[in-house]
Amino acid sequence: MIRFLFRRLMWFVVTMTVVMSVSFFLMKNVKGGPFDTERALEPAIEANIQARYHLDWPLWKQFLHYTGPFNLDERGLAGTQEKVLGGVLSGDFGPSFRYRDFTVNDIIGQALPISALLGVVSMMWALALGVSTGIASALRRGSGVDLALRLAATGGIALPNFVIAGFLIIIFVFMIPLLPVAGWGSIKEMLLPGFCLGLVYAAYLARLTRTGMLEALSQDHIRTAQAKGLSPRTVVLRHALKGGLLPVVSYLGPATAGILTGSLVIERIFFIPGLGSHFVNSASNRDYTLAMGVTILYTVLVYSMNTVVDLAYTLLDPRIDLAEEA
Amino acid sequence: MSAADPKRFDLDDATAERLLREAQEHKGISLWQDAGRRLRRNRPSWYAMVFLIGFGLLSFLAPLLPLRSPVRSNLDITLHAPTLDGGDGNYLAALDPEADSALVARQIEKDYWELSSLDHGLISLRRMIFGSWQTGHWLGTDHLGRDLLSRIVWGSRTSILVSLAAALCSLVIGVFYGAFSGLVGGRIDNLMMRTVDILYSIPFIFVVIFLITLIGDYRQVLEEEWGLDREKVFYLVIGAVFWLTMARVVRGQVLSLKHAEFVQAARVMGASTFHILCKHIVPNVLSIVIVYLTLTIPAVMLFEAFLSFLGLGVEPPRVSWGLIAVDGTSAINPLRIHWWVVIFPALAMGCTLLALNVLGDGLRDALDPKMRGKD
Repeated sequence: MIRFLFRRLMWFVVTMTVVMSVSFFLMKNVKGGPFDTERALEPAIEANIQARYHLDWPLWKQFLHYTGPFNLDERGLAGTQEKVLGGVLSGDFGPSFRYRDFTVNDIIGQALPISALLGVVSMMWALALGVSTGIASALRRGSGVDLALRLAATGGIALPNFVIAGFLIIIFVFMIPLLPVAGWGSIKEMLLPGFCLGLVYAAYLARLTRTGMLEALSQDHIRTAQAKGLSPRTVVLRHALKGGLLPVVSYLGPATAGILTGSLVIERIFFIPGLGSHFVNSASNRDYTLAMGVTILYTVLVYSMNTVVDLAYTLLDPRIDLAEEA
Repeated sequence: MSAADPKRFDLDDATAERLLREAQEHKGISLWQDAGRRLRRNRPSWYAMVFLIGFGLLSFLAPLLPLRSPVRSNLDITLHAPTLDGGDGNYLAALDPEADSALVARQIEKDYWELSSLDHGLISLRRMIFGSWQTGHWLGTDHLGRDLLSRIVWGSRTSILVSLAAALCSLVIGVFYGAFSGLVGGRIDNLMMRTVDILYSIPFIFVVIFLITLIGDYRQVLEEEWGLDREKVFYLVIGAVFWLTMARVVRGQVLSLKHAEFVQAARVMGASTFHILCKHIVPNVLSIVIVYLTLTIPAVMLFEAFLSFLGLGVEPPRVSWGLIAVDGTSAINPLRIHWWVVIFPALAMGCTLLALNVLGDGLRDALDPKMRGKD
């Protein structure tokens, strides 16, 4: 276990180095900075801005300053007291290039809880829908219910989520006015976006659960349990489910990544001020530090989620050896 | 049967010749014949394939069809409900058989975008067949009064082209990477696969959005020096993202084939490396590659729609399904429900993606019976 975590940590360092340096140097090579406006700035003002954001430093120094963990700025940022630590490694993503008075940390701090809540809601939708329909169609294999559920699952995979969101808005907001169309805060406002975001993953999870349950149900120990005279309910919930859900657990990592990505779209449709909409805006506004901050944050999230999933996997299935997996 | 009676195995010449001839006539069922048969027996997949081929033809022949212009807007009939009668609000002067060629060229430029010479040929063929007749707004019009039917058909061209090109891109990178890694083995293989692992854990969409925004700035340089327009860059970027799974799958297949018994048997029988590669390795890898290709195409199509939604995809005047779907979604408002702008693009896209998914699953079952029914 320790060895596995250590190895993961090592690869994590490599991954982060790659992500940070690639995106940093890509950004720096773009023509047109974040301060390009219609009118040309006064040379003195421009020099001031350059100095303020260290754009006049050599590239390697900017990079080191950005990554940290040491603050290379001898003067200290204007208006702030001198810091020894700075940069991403100390948890400081720097100032936003576009929203002048905010740091990237401020913006992420506001938006992340919203996105995280949306993610949790849609994950709950996905798990509840996916696992229950998957079990239902495995238990009634070949029946009409199974066929209908499988078709619905394939449909859910085949349509982009903004189209599904459009349908659902028409149905549940305009035709049957049950839910609000946009906004964020109350539980009612979370239902629809969470559902739209989770639907694709519900479809995948339903497929995985069905396959896993079918395999689990055909095993010897299930027959033994049935022969002992246990009720069908106990057999399914106690004995089959544990084995049948293994593929589901391993899919949770990619699903998390997908939900994070899908939130880019859903947050735009439902006007939710989350991290996803900030990212899209920052990329088109050339707000480099914000875009990079979000990318780095998401990489960390996805990576740690994958590691947690792998750990959970071994707890559920003792046959898997982490030392080999790493 | 005993060794004491060798005569029992003696055959006269005629019988021996007959047996030999029979043996020659007997043909083993190749992998592909077998797969074809299994695919045909899998009804949903077979229908999906027929549907896709039909739809592909339709979209390829779009200039030949008597459709309205997918670009020209008519603000008098915005968001018009589907109707069967023609109406001449969107009449193309270029379709008049008497029109002179300069006018036609100018008109086509305005009503479409830069078309290939093949498409120009198809349009003049259309003028010969249909004259100035064109379809009515059978599927209604969008918020700028453009004909939805025509937009969907023309949009399918872009979407299919983008997904095919990007899937092929990912195919080339993935197959070369995976095959090289699997064949070389050892330390290099380890390193290459670790690289893939690292790339896997990067949330690529962010990088892609980043890249596409960046490319916007370098557009001129790329176009002049490298001959890459935005679409080609688009294929390359998407292809560069989707090759990872392909590389893993191909590597796994090559690794297991390298030591497979039938490959060793062929080697013992004195087959040359080239022969083994062509006859045994490539067909076996190819089957799995085709399966992943059919599963990559819908993924790319969805991705294109996703990028179009964010305003980073295909640019107007060109149309793609992603763009049409985005237009449809943004036309939703509480006062009047314009169902056609949402439903029809979604149907076209959903049916195609569904068919591709079903075909991909069916092909996997057909080519790899062991995987049957597993997801």
